[in-house]
Amino acid sequence: MTAVAEQAAAVPRLRRRWEGLPYWLILPTLGYLAVFFAWPMVQSFRLAFQDIGGNWSFDSVERMYHDADFKKALYFTLLLVLVIVPLQFVLAFVMALIVNARLRGGGLILFIFIIPFAVSDLAAGLVWQQIFTDAGYLNTILQHLGVIDQPKIWIDPRHGNWLLGEVVLAEMWRSTAFVMIILVAGLQGIPKEFGEAAEVFGAGFLQRIRTVILPMLKPALQVALLLRIIFAFEVFASVTAITGRAKTTLAGEALRWQGDLLDPHVAAAYSLLILVLSLVAALTVVRTLRTPKEKMLR
Amino acid sequence: MSLRAPWIGRTLLYLLAFAMALWVIVPVYFIAIGAFSTPDDLYKYPRELWPHHVSTGALSFFLHSTGTIAALERSVMVAAITLAFSLAVGVPAGYALARFAFRGSDAFRLTIVSTRAFPIMILAIPLSVTFIRWGIDDSLVGVAIAHTALALPFAVLTTSSVFAGISDELEEAAMTLGCSRAEAVLRVILPLALPGLAAAAIFVFIISWNDVFAASVLTLRHRTLPAQVLTASGEAPLPYRVAGGFFLLAPSLVVIFFIRKYLFNMWGRVVK
Amino acid sequence: MAGVRFDHVSKIFGKVVATNDVSLEVDDGEFIILLGPSGCGKTTLLRCLAGLEKVDAGRIFIGGRNVTELPPGRRRIAMVFQSYAVFPHMTLYDNIAFGLKMQKESKATIKERVESVAALVHIEDLLDRYPAQISGGQRQRVALARAIATKADVLLMDEPLSNLDALLRMEMRAELKALFRELGTTTIYVTHDQVEALSMGDRIAVMKHGVIAQVDTPLAVYDYPSDTYVGGFVGTPPMNFLVASVEGNGAGQLARLSGGTLRLDGSAELVGRDLFLGIRAESIAVETAPGDNLIRAAVVVVEPLGSHNLLTVRAGEDMLKVAADSHFFPNPGADVWLRLAPGKIRWLDRETGQAIAATPEAALV
Repeated sequence: MTAVAEQAAAVPRLRRRWEGLPYWLILPTLGYLAVFFAWPMVQSFRLAFQDIGGNWSFDSVERMYHDADFKKALYFTLLLVLVIVPLQFVLAFVMALIVNARLRGGGLILFIFIIPFAVSDLAAGLVWQQIFTDAGYLNTILQHLGVIDQPKIWIDPRHGNWLLGEVVLAEMWRSTAFVMIILVAGLQGIPKEFGEAAEVFGAGFLQRIRTVILPMLKPALQVALLLRIIFAFEVFASVTAITGRAKTTLAGEALRWQGDLLDPHVAAAYSLLILVLSLVAALTVVRTLRTPKEKMLR
Repeated sequence: MSLRAPWIGRTLLYLLAFAMALWVIVPVYFIAIGAFSTPDDLYKYPRELWPHHVSTGALSFFLHSTGTIAALERSVMVAAITLAFSLAVGVPAGYALARFAFRGSDAFRLTIVSTRAFPIMILAIPLSVTFIRWGIDDSLVGVAIAHTALALPFAVLTTSSVFAGISDELEEAAMTLGCSRAEAVLRVILPLALPGLAAAAIFVFIISWNDVFAASVLTLRHRTLPAQVLTASGEAPLPYRVAGGFFLLAPSLVVIFFIRKYLFNMWGRVVK
Repeated sequence: MAGVRFDHVSKIFGKVVATNDVSLEVDDGEFIILLGPSGCGKTTLLRCLAGLEKVDAGRIFIGGRNVTELPPGRRRIAMVFQSYAVFPHMTLYDNIAFGLKMQKESKATIKERVESVAALVHIEDLLDRYPAQISGGQRQRVALARAIATKADVLLMDEPLSNLDALLRMEMRAELKALFRELGTTTIYVTHDQVEALSMGDRIAVMKHGVIAQVDTPLAVYDYPSDTYVGGFVGTPPMNFLVASVEGNGAGQLARLSGGTLRLDGSAELVGRDLFLGIRAESIAVETAPGDNLIRAAVVVVEPLGSHNLLTVRAGEDMLKVAADSHFFPNPGADVWLRLAPGKIRWLDRETGQAIAATPEAALV
């Protein structure tokens, strides 16, 4: 490398031409995001720490905290994230393995698996509400099977856990495709020679998963976890669609304060809370996944 | 990598695949047959599990409910405007990322990706306040602006991977034959990039179409379809909810079919 | 039709100096080859000439015009890329016509030119096909035709044959050489294949680490390499370099090699320096018995090549490649005696690797 450095120093009369074109091309995007993304974010902070009159205060934050629904929303949101994310990662991993195993009819399987990817949380909520509703598809099936002889009330405000389960199902149905896609992309990046080498040296199927696939899938897992956790904290429309007003989430509260109660300050406070919680959760999980070697490199 | 699973494992794999596919498809099936029945049939219990009376009754009920057609039109308009904005702003950036290794390109890419890390609430709430000040609250343009901010990262990254997949020697060859860079892109690269750009466009369209939160926050009387359905879903009659659910779902099915190839390519180096 | 001049051209990528103060003059109508391994700067130099890279220092002239600041489209060049870069969405006809369309030629002119050029490269029957429907070799011809059609001042070729299989490559070499002879256009041709370079060019510029090590006719580069790098890179097998030192011996000199000693005459300037003795495999004769002024060596490997056998032998600490008769199969470990052809010995400075120009031939007594 010293030879190159010598050469670099020896080249006379260097004119470093500033190739400006790429910077012009990205300028619109940067500009747009600065105005319509970065600035609103700053505004969020300002709104949250002002009261209705526009003066700096913690008033809005306190109003959020002392609201009757605050604890319920916080609790339910956290619960949803804690239940949905781990479950769906296991499910997504199995789905990704299936896709990667190249079964016959794999193209159709893949297409079916990714169908929910483009489904909005509202649509998913409506779909599953029709399954769980009193005269809905679940009861119909159970009735036909003879398990029940009259409709069971699944969407029952008195059974919070059932409501949780129903929302979990709807959200898992909808959002697992997203994780699966990332994991499949990651799996495709693992050369099959690694698994084959492990097999030649005697590793069984599960061992190969543990020692070859999961470690090499780590970057994809980290990306998927980071994004999925952040998105999970935004859940709200499926909750409304299925449970009505029985359960609420942080995002739902933000909407309520903004739209119904016309107080953007408290709404902003909720937004900030969502931001902080989701980032802390996501970064904590990702950091825990770091291998000891990566920790050393920091 | 493809796993060579043991024989028994393979049968298990097929069963698992089948079960999971069922899990995904059955709810879609239910809402579809529900949407394609008469309102009366929907009120029956037990529900029809097979499409005996195919009819557009429920769908027509939904479409003729107050505000549906207007909301539908608005959703399409907003998505179209979002599309135009996102591509106009994002395609040049995607091209820059793909073709030039410029200083700061990694930082730029990271910035773009990291915008997805911020919840949409943090964007939509302040924008609703700002739009009042600018006089575009409760307007389609306002919603489109918010949607563009959401969709821009996708637009940039997808078009970037589309352009990266087209050899830059094609542009160079065109330039040595007398084109300026712009002409080379127009005559040679864009025709080849069209399928990928179309996929990016569809991606952006569906992001805008599906958004519930920003649309609900930013509109009051001029609601888009998801915002309208959300507001109405509490008290709405059964056929409305069933048909509405299907209506919101259906475009996704079509879209996924067309963009499935690109879904896996856009993650690029991040996941390797 | 024009000459090309590189005037102190430098190009830097980040910390890497791709071309380092390179100056080169190419005559009008000359076919010059830029030869070297990957990373030596040959492709960078070509791309600077094309205008696809902006030089950091220096100037480039085509036909006397200073083109340094001009974009590629205005330099009156044509280029064939390594991957051919044939436009997939256009027919072969439209591909070949592309440059002419950009020059706003009339439809009639274009038609006539495209068809004649296509005939030159034997693809006149395929003009309405698409690139996906033809073979790689045919696509290469399309790229060629497209470049020739514009009647540019300079033709640039970036390793055009390297993606072809070996047999096709050999055929195309002869065809290309004949074609360029007929066209007479100034041509700059980049390759890492020294066989291509030797067989095709009027002159070869051998490059290493961003500088030109030697530029001369193929025979001169082959017979009189300017340093160990050129000698080792050009020619199959590479030139042998034996560690040597020369001392006085009465009226003549003695060359001390690791494997033996040779009597020399007339190379007084070589005395006292650390040297390499350079000699090619075909300039070494193999004897089976000791003799006067011969070097003793032990056979390591015998590679039959059909036309002759290539022996790898060890003389002291030096390993040599020696050409022998195709029926000569000594056993590994057997002794042979090497006769070095006097007129073919080259002397190089061991420290710098540079050839010592003074006495290219030190006669062997």
